[in-house]
Amino acid sequence: MPVQYYIFLSIALFCIGVMGVLMRRNAIIIFMCVELMLNAVNLLLVAFSKMWADAGRVDAAGAQIFVFFIMVVAAAEVAVGLAIIVMVYRNSQSVDVNIMNRLKN
Amino acid sequence: MGMNLQQVVFGVLSIISLITALGVVFSKSPVTSVLCLILTFFTIAGHYVMLNAQFLAVVHIIVYAGAIMVLFLFVIMLMNLNAEGEPQKRNWLKYAGAISGGALLVVLLAALREASLPSLTPESNNIGLIANLGQTLFKTYVVPFEVSSILFLSAMVGAVVIGKKEH
Repeated sequence: MPVQYYIFLSIALFCIGVMGVLMRRNAIIIFMCVELMLNAVNLLLVAFSKMWADAGRVDAAGAQIFVFFIMVVAAAEVAVGLAIIVMVYRNSQSVDVNIMNRLKN
Repeated sequence: MGMNLQQVVFGVLSIISLITALGVVFSKSPVTSVLCLILTFFTIAGHYVMLNAQFLAVVHIIVYAGAIMVLFLFVIMLMNLNAEGEPQKRNWLKYAGAISGGALLVVLLAALREASLPSLTPESNNIGLIANLGQTLFKTYVVPFEVSSILFLSAMVGAVVIGKKEH
């Protein structure tokens, strides 16, 4: 089975995430689309790990370790980001990203 | 067109994951988006099992479906958001977003269509088992592991400081 299938699936998931970030205004949905993009990258890393393991490389597990670190960063990002969203909601009763343009003044 | 079992499972999982990923973007209510994203994560965990990353699949379900998405669901229910409350973008902005994402998809697909890479064999190996991963993590990558614990601590402190009510 060609590894291209997994590459194409990851590209499709990543582009759906990009589309969601560009199309929606709800900050929580935008956040979830970022998670989707991170997961597309994770899937690609695992596919390449399997590819190199099949090719006989002994250090192919490094890609899966890298996926663990991406999960760590994603979890930290979600904790801080959701705290920021809750604060924005508490101050302005909305999670619309357009209200954050008041930062530019 | 001969399809082996690996390709059939891959196709089914891929179709479900793409449909639910589109559901995240296009559903009206945020709770439906969260449930769609949880389904997407489960299908991605299925892909991990297919790719000999068994331990990673379990960790993925625990971390994403068990912790992160529950956090999202808590925040959405805390805010009591509903579908009518969300202000919509102007239509041309939506079309521009969709066209940009589609153009990115086309460019990446066209660039990687002709790439020659080794193919995946159906045979399993023990690369994704916890013994192998633990050896790699605590021998080769022990310094990044410790640094990530500092990152977690600072993220935790940051979330508490941001979320605290100021007096």
